Amino acid sequence: MMNTTAVIQAAAVCHCYGATQILTDIELAIPAGVTVGLIGPDGVGKSTLLSLIAGARKLQQGQLTVLQEDVRSSRARTRLYHRIAYMPQGLGKNLYPTLSVYENVEFFADLFGLSKHIRKPRIMQLLQATGLAVFADRPAAKLSGGMKQKLGLCCALIHDPDCLILDEPTTGIDPLSRRQFWQLIARIKAQQPAMTVVVATAYMEEAAVFDWLIAMHDGRILTQCSPAELLQQTQSEHLEQAFVRLLPDHADYQPFVLTPREHDSAATVAIEARHLTMKFGDFTAVKDVNLTVYKGEIFGFLGSNGCGKTTTMKMLTGLLQASAGEAFLFGAPAEKSSVAMRKRVGYMTQQFSLFGELTVTQNLALHGRLFGLHGAELKARINTMAEQFALGEVLDELPDSLPLGERQRLSLAVAMIHQPELLILDEPTSGVDPIARDIFWRIMMQLAREQQVTIFISTHFMNEAERCDRISLMHAGEVLVSDTPAAITASKQADSLDDAFVAYLQDAIAAQQRTTGATQPSQAAELEVSTRPTSNTAKQPLIFSWQRLWSYLRRESIELIRDPIRLVMATLGSVILMAVLGYGLNMDIEDLSFAVLDQDQTSLSRDYVASLSGSRYFDERPPLSSYTELDARMRSGELSLALEIPAGFARDLHRGQGVEIGAWIDGSLPMRGENVQGYVQGIHAHWLQEQARLQGLDGLQGLAQIESRFRYNPDVKSLPAMMPAVIPLLLLMFPAILTSLAVVREKELGSMLNFYVTPTTKLEFLLGKQLPYVAIGMLNFVILMVLAVYLFDVPITGSLTALTLASLLYVIIATTFGLIMSAFVKSQIAALFGTTLATILPAAQFSGLITPVPSLEGGARWLGEVFPTTYHIIVTRGVFSKGLSLADAGSALWPLAVSIPILLGIGVWLLNKQER
Amino acid sequence: MQMKNILHLGLKELRAIARDPILLLIIVMAFTLSVYTAASAMPETLHNTPIGVIDDDRSQLSSRIVQVFDEPYFMPPEAVDSHQADRLMDEGRFTFIVHIPSGFQRDVLAGNQPALQVLVDATRMSQAFTGNGYIQAMIQQELQDFAQTDTQVPVQLSMRSRFNPELNRSWFSAINEVISQITMLSIILTGAALLREREHGTVEHLLVMPITPFEIMAAKVWSMALIVLVAASLSLLVVVEGALQIPLAGSVSWFIIAMAFHLFATTSLGIFLASFARTMPQFGLLLILVILPMQILSGGMTPRESMPQVISWIMSAAPTTHFIELGQAILFRGAGFAHIWPQLVALIVIGLAFFMIALARFRKALASMA
Repeated sequence: MMNTTAVIQAAAVCHCYGATQILTDIELAIPAGVTVGLIGPDGVGKSTLLSLIAGARKLQQGQLTVLQEDVRSSRARTRLYHRIAYMPQGLGKNLYPTLSVYENVEFFADLFGLSKHIRKPRIMQLLQATGLAVFADRPAAKLSGGMKQKLGLCCALIHDPDCLILDEPTTGIDPLSRRQFWQLIARIKAQQPAMTVVVATAYMEEAAVFDWLIAMHDGRILTQCSPAELLQQTQSEHLEQAFVRLLPDHADYQPFVLTPREHDSAATVAIEARHLTMKFGDFTAVKDVNLTVYKGEIFGFLGSNGCGKTTTMKMLTGLLQASAGEAFLFGAPAEKSSVAMRKRVGYMTQQFSLFGELTVTQNLALHGRLFGLHGAELKARINTMAEQFALGEVLDELPDSLPLGERQRLSLAVAMIHQPELLILDEPTSGVDPIARDIFWRIMMQLAREQQVTIFISTHFMNEAERCDRISLMHAGEVLVSDTPAAITASKQADSLDDAFVAYLQDAIAAQQRTTGATQPSQAAELEVSTRPTSNTAKQPLIFSWQRLWSYLRRESIELIRDPIRLVMATLGSVILMAVLGYGLNMDIEDLSFAVLDQDQTSLSRDYVASLSGSRYFDERPPLSSYTELDARMRSGELSLALEIPAGFARDLHRGQGVEIGAWIDGSLPMRGENVQGYVQGIHAHWLQEQARLQGLDGLQGLAQIESRFRYNPDVKSLPAMMPAVIPLLLLMFPAILTSLAVVREKELGSMLNFYVTPTTKLEFLLGKQLPYVAIGMLNFVILMVLAVYLFDVPITGSLTALTLASLLYVIIATTFGLIMSAFVKSQIAALFGTTLATILPAAQFSGLITPVPSLEGGARWLGEVFPTTYHIIVTRGVFSKGLSLADAGSALWPLAVSIPILLGIGVWLLNKQER
Repeated sequence: MQMKNILHLGLKELRAIARDPILLLIIVMAFTLSVYTAASAMPETLHNTPIGVIDDDRSQLSSRIVQVFDEPYFMPPEAVDSHQADRLMDEGRFTFIVHIPSGFQRDVLAGNQPALQVLVDATRMSQAFTGNGYIQAMIQQELQDFAQTDTQVPVQLSMRSRFNPELNRSWFSAINEVISQITMLSIILTGAALLREREHGTVEHLLVMPITPFEIMAAKVWSMALIVLVAASLSLLVVVEGALQIPLAGSVSWFIIAMAFHLFATTSLGIFLASFARTMPQFGLLLILVILPMQILSGGMTPRESMPQVISWIMSAAPTTHFIELGQAILFRGAGFAHIWPQLVALIVIGLAFFMIALARFRKALASMA
């Protein structure tokens, strides 16, 4: 097997996630032009190995060359990305759900530099070959699982790779689509014999036709040979058996034995569905489903992902209200499932819905309690469950730390804790390895046969379907047939249930075409898969390409426009906050409540009070009559100020004796208190001057006049002062948040892989992500300006050009800031809160919004001097209030301009081109 | 039976929080470090104010005036050329520029009452108003000292500040920070608790059990409210009264009772918001748009008197508005039940309304989740 022309060659490759060893000493040599299957249960390291080969993940240890390029060198990897294609695990994982089928493929075409005139024919050829041409305008999210995988294949084949890496491409799709998928690959292989295909798969029947198999277990390669050799080595009849025999601990493995159900003619009906239909808008998810399941029966529900199985199950459990038709559980209507009814049913959802934060025992106990079990009875039940489902050793562990097989048994135990008579299980075995699946089925068989529990189970594994008493085949919301597996196979004269299912699917599709008269090209139609594209992709620039940048930019814009929540946030978020801050940061305090304890009651004392109540700052409340009242009313918060004018005030003043007016100020709001102090002092002084003028009182003339000129804002109103400073705050926060979300979203959803495994460079990626938000930022800028000028009446007095230029630079900085933040966080929620904190705090505290930068000290001063908001505030305040010209704005503009390349450089430096 | 379900589901929520070290850390930080920094980092209004002086007089008096602007209120005054004054003001270099005209000392001594100009950058609201008052008073004092005159003002105004004699801002900031954290954490915790279940698919699972949406929601409300209640009460006693040495005039028990009512409303609000969001990021975006107005417009940052009538009318539907009033009344003014019952009633009414609306919305959202 070792030969010099090996396409993929690995030596001593190891990989760890934290302390967990995923791959150990992997040695590989895969020759050109073969189809290689990677087999093994979930979690043995297949996906990690594939992502290492594709260059999506950073190689930690060992040597790995792919297509004669060493994946450790980034230059070599860049060349490699042009020649390799990678389809990750998960249905449509690397597709963009809101983009149409055509747009998805076009995005990849741009990334690989296909020129305009050859791009379109190439895309159409691929879409026609896969039968997707008629759905070219449909968003990827609305495709069925099978179609998503075909679309993924189109995207992978667009640049005509020399090596195709597929990670479980057919898991969860129907048998017909699965066959079509492999036929497609076979046709492409026939035209390009040199292409190497590496596939990870869980379906052993698929693996049987590959040229070469690599069996993995626990991060190690057990054996690598051809399928025939493998069967021979292990003396097995089929691959599934061979694989089990390869495992180190296969000695205690016993094959699953089916116990036939004793036929009971008088069996009671457990589930009955009559004409069950479910519509979501104009989409019919489930159409006219009729079913009858008898007590003690294991009833299998078969079909691909998205064919309506889960929806039907939810209607049966009463989780969803059927649009039409009826469902009965034990003779009672399902939708009005009473508490008593719920106690008779156990339900296990697709995701093994366990509470991850509770231990195994706590999970069992909580569910038991919710079903009304308690005390000794509950304890006994938990013990029984632990014993029956072999969970005794893991009782104090958290579900997430358990292997998939044990977690699945725990889910079943949880669903069984209240001894239901009916179990509804939605794909309980997907992703679970064959051995664990057999253990699971043994328990189910026992429940059904010994305890007469009715089991309604959905699956897409044919060998599991064969174990059911009866099955229904479902496709596109309709039940095609319901019978025993043997009868279904016989009815189509097929060799296997799989073949029979495919035959039923083909009939259904043909019938549908007859009724709709659609001219959809059937899969049997002759296809012309193009040969090599005429473009020479190698000519494409390695370092920087406008086409790739444009490709990312266009895609980001389309996605943003099609996501209502982000779009609303992008356009309205800053408007709402501007209004809020405009009113909230208002420091003009008026209409303060005050009351007077007037013990003088002369015209002079009333004149003094009138000078307060007459001002716009104060609002007089009913007078006070005693100190007790004064105390009570201040305590209740009614009064911000209480005045006490002593008896004999007028008399003493005229006699020239010193008099004293007492003022009590509510200090619980210090800022308001300070203002009250200032106002009272001012009014008091003014009153004295008036009295001096009128009555000739002496001693009030000063030695000099101090004239204060309040510039830029003569009325000292807070709105004209605050508004221009709020704009920089908002222009920083929203563009930064949206940009960092845009990058982290790709990390979280998995489409980041497309950046890892295509020739896109870091700068192209970052700019492509950033520019749409620069545009959004400038749109925000215009809206904020209009609001400031027309809603808040703050006029612009300086150069609009200077302001626009500064804002453009500033928005670019803000979005770059978002890019930098995105390098540090993994989840969208962390990006959101992290970016909010990292922008609001320095912008509000250290940039001169409230406290001027020169008044800051130490680190705060330093941060204020370098933080871009400081300079933007200088320009906005200048242009709004101070008549700043473009020339004068220069000293604030250049620091902004200089920081852009620096920040962008940091962003590029922090971004990883591979997953670690 | 019903109460038991609410109890057990709530205990589950408490366990979830206990097992999430990051969340615990956030709760602890929110009620210790951020309360402490908010209270101690709040600068005095006038601190290191940048000031420039155009001294055209260059006399003994003018140099005495320049020297009165001292730290910590002002930065050391810088001499400014009169031609550059405008540009420096435009660039925001100084908040104040004092212009002493030539012949100032001579005119003062001659009793001509000369005019001295103070240029104020009135876009800097925080310094302009108070700073101007300080400057006026300091110069007048200096002039009197210089001329050695002492005039008797006929009517003295004796001002006393109650409840916070020195108008110490850190008292207010500390309490306000505690209240902000109470509001924010209770909304985030409840919202996240619901969305976590939605993302893990466990809500669906609960719905097939003999449990009602009311029980699911009530369990989240009580458990999250309890966590915040305990954390906030500890923060008040340990951080505010202990570390920050802020005297609390009133009864902490009344404050805790008020907080319980407030939490009833905010946790319901958390459920309500989460019922609109499909994912945590969407919840986060919604949260920003809801929480900022609630924090800023409810009287915690600026007095409600200064807001437009419409805003203050709308904000009276927000629980924070009443809770902030209660907090100040109880903790600083020592108000008892006789004074605070209207706000308590308002909180109960708002809490009930929020709970009912959230429950209706939650039921609807659950139906669409399945």
